[in-house]
Amino acid sequence: MNGSLSTYLNKDANGAPLAVFRISFGLMMCFSLVRFWYHGWIEKLYIQPIFHFKYYGFEWVKSFGTYNYLIFILCIAAALCVALGLKYRMAIITFFLSFTYIELIDKTTYLNHYYFISILSFLLIFLPAHAFFSLDNTLNKKSYAHVPKWTIDSLKLLISIVYFYAGLAKINSDWLFRAMPLKIWLPSKYDLPLIGGNLMQQEWFHFAMSWSGMLYDLSIPFLLVYRKTRIFAFVLVVFFHLFTRVLFPIGMFPYIMIISALIFFDAGLHEKIIRLLRSMLKPFSINWTSPKVISAYRFSNRQIILPIILLFFGFQILFPFRYLFYKNELFWTEEGYRMSWRVMLIEKMGYTTFKIVNEKTGNSFLVDNSEFLSTFQEKQMSFQPDFILEYAHFLGDHYSSLGHKNVQVFAESYVALNGRLSQQFIDPATDLYRKNDSFKSKHWILPFKDEIKGF
Amino acid sequence: MFRKSIIGLLFVSIMISCNSSVENPTDGVKDNFNRQEMLSNWADNIIIPAYEDLNADLNDLVIKKNEFLQTPDPSHLEAIRNSWMNAYETWQYVEMFSIGKAEDINYAFQMNIYPTNIQDIQNNISTENYDLTHVNNNDAVGFPAVDYMLYGLEAGEEALLDAYTSSNLSMQNKAYLSDLIDQMQSLTEMVLNDWKLGYGDAFVNSTSNTATSSTNKLTNDFIYYFEKGLRANKFGIPAGIFSTTPFYDKVEAFYHQEASKALSLKALQAVQDFFNGKAYGVEGTSDSFKTYLLYLQNGTEDVNLSSLINDQLNKAKSSIESLNNNYSAQIKTDNTKMTQAYDELQKAVVLLKVDMIQAMNISVDFVDADGD
Repeated sequence: MNGSLSTYLNKDANGAPLAVFRISFGLMMCFSLVRFWYHGWIEKLYIQPIFHFKYYGFEWVKSFGTYNYLIFILCIAAALCVALGLKYRMAIITFFLSFTYIELIDKTTYLNHYYFISILSFLLIFLPAHAFFSLDNTLNKKSYAHVPKWTIDSLKLLISIVYFYAGLAKINSDWLFRAMPLKIWLPSKYDLPLIGGNLMQQEWFHFAMSWSGMLYDLSIPFLLVYRKTRIFAFVLVVFFHLFTRVLFPIGMFPYIMIISALIFFDAGLHEKIIRLLRSMLKPFSINWTSPKVISAYRFSNRQIILPIILLFFGFQILFPFRYLFYKNELFWTEEGYRMSWRVMLIEKMGYTTFKIVNEKTGNSFLVDNSEFLSTFQEKQMSFQPDFILEYAHFLGDHYSSLGHKNVQVFAESYVALNGRLSQQFIDPATDLYRKNDSFKSKHWILPFKDEIKGF
Repeated sequence: MFRKSIIGLLFVSIMISCNSSVENPTDGVKDNFNRQEMLSNWADNIIIPAYEDLNADLNDLVIKKNEFLQTPDPSHLEAIRNSWMNAYETWQYVEMFSIGKAEDINYAFQMNIYPTNIQDIQNNISTENYDLTHVNNNDAVGFPAVDYMLYGLEAGEEALLDAYTSSNLSMQNKAYLSDLIDQMQSLTEMVLNDWKLGYGDAFVNSTSNTATSSTNKLTNDFIYYFEKGLRANKFGIPAGIFSTTPFYDKVEAFYHQEASKALSLKALQAVQDFFNGKAYGVEGTSDSFKTYLLYLQNGTEDVNLSSLINDQLNKAKSSIESLNNNYSAQIKTDNTKMTQAYDELQKAVVLLKVDMIQAMNISVDFVDADGD
């Protein structure tokens, strides 16, 4: 057993796929950040709000106001360096830290694909993506034709985990037997040419899309790994992601997944891509001395790197299952919902208002949320209990500091999930100001008055 | 493994091939809801007729105002007061349409901001130097300002008439009253003409599902009005829901004193009529939220949201009907009844803002970041 494992770990593979991945990742990240800037979202999401929702354990992460632009500039520069393979290790670490820091500023903007970029860039820190076709090669006068096979396979594994878990998440009774939430989302796209007025409105189509989405997610990693089905799988990947891009406002995610899927292809394709890039760069190439080509890249500190990678994947495989520790309906309480590849899985809306009560006199008033939260923040807060709790504490502190005495904070909250009639969400009699966030079950979330079976 | 990919391929090819074959409506498939008809119904049967009526009422108010200023006596005072009330009731049908020209010029802010600011009004009158369109004057114009000028300027009818006859500010008072009413009429005519001469068509043709399309904007307006204009302004704020004490002086038509209930019942009626697609002023209903929701929920096991909403609106109506005509008095003597009316309206807000919005899959206001 140990023998075959060490044989595998010592296997080499062509370094071209890793180089192509590095270049495309760096360029896409660059573009993605510039696009984010261009839309004015830095201002809108990170600078304008007076209050930010924090991740558990990361309450110390602050927005730097206008200086947030500096973090973005740093991140873009790092992404560019990653693409060029210039001072790669420092660049990818900088990218990982700056990108993740940005995400940690406000939980409101959590997106599964931002989480994906964070962990992907973390993994890339430990991979020799600069071994081939990078400026580091030119500077160090060394280039490597081969890299350990497991470095390329680890990228394939990560992408497979994302798809497979997304597929598992879709195995639930709402998705498969009620065609929810597609049954709400698809008919609303009535203005799509050709299919908007007829296909998108049909119930059988909603079910077809739900089932094929689930089957696609579960099977696509295997179809990509098998050489015989690879091209067909890639066609599916392109079709699926472009289709979802047309339907939903999911930004760069489809393109990132399409380009990332190239890692499954053999070195031949990647060498062609690199030849193409070389020919495009020819007019710009200075007469640098060609780096000396060494056959294979070797880690100098493999005994540290491998355990880290192992822990990383162990975490990725186990973490999405933490919801099992909580009794109540996952889609309702969302305890363990984030960071587990539950992508575009539920339609959930809420309406949550807060009452500040003076415990001694009984006097009370309702808070106008728009005084403290942006519409986006209020929307996200209204159906996520950890947000509600954090905001309740903020309100309690705020009004106490204004001089109100014996402050109690009660939430009146109604949530509709996947087309069901809205139900009361939070116990209106629980003083949230006295409750603290932890990994324990939140008993002040009212039970879900229905049942959803599955993952 | 291969079986899965074949099933996948099958679904994909079904999707692609069925593109061409769903033209045939007779195989029991769901017909698409005609959103343009809903928009036409809104524009042609509800919005424009309501504005026409309001414009006519304000024209009448101008006439009555001129007659009153000519002869400021009790009978002319009564005439202008009735005309004002009539226009105010019609206004309730129009306040929710903050779209098009009305949105551009902040029409509602220039017509119905209350409580009105007496200091600002007095200041304007005495300095004779004011720009009614300026945002600082929003709380010194419109129906609430006229309310003050016709009922609150002085205590008692005799003293009030003196303000327009013998007082040393009588010329200025007259001028201000005149300007207020003229402005209201001219703004309304501007909005009405915009609807009739171009915006109406643009409105009906904006059928896509984007944040700036007519359906999305009007739905957001409707809900915003229900939450703010109806629930908060008429009930929540005066009843002290959002503050530590109630404010009996922040009710609508505070100076008239007996009009608050009539106005809020009109507003609720306007909301319910719009929801049900009932034509303004005449018999007949057509497409609106009610029928749209029925279409969206057709064939699902879900409860009939349209009837739930109507039921709740009816409950709110009975709760309001049990109130004193004079909301200030109601607040002072038994505020719990006001808060109960508020609660009934609040339940309707949840049904509209959560359930209806979710069913229609409309984004509540502009959240233009990526979703995941």
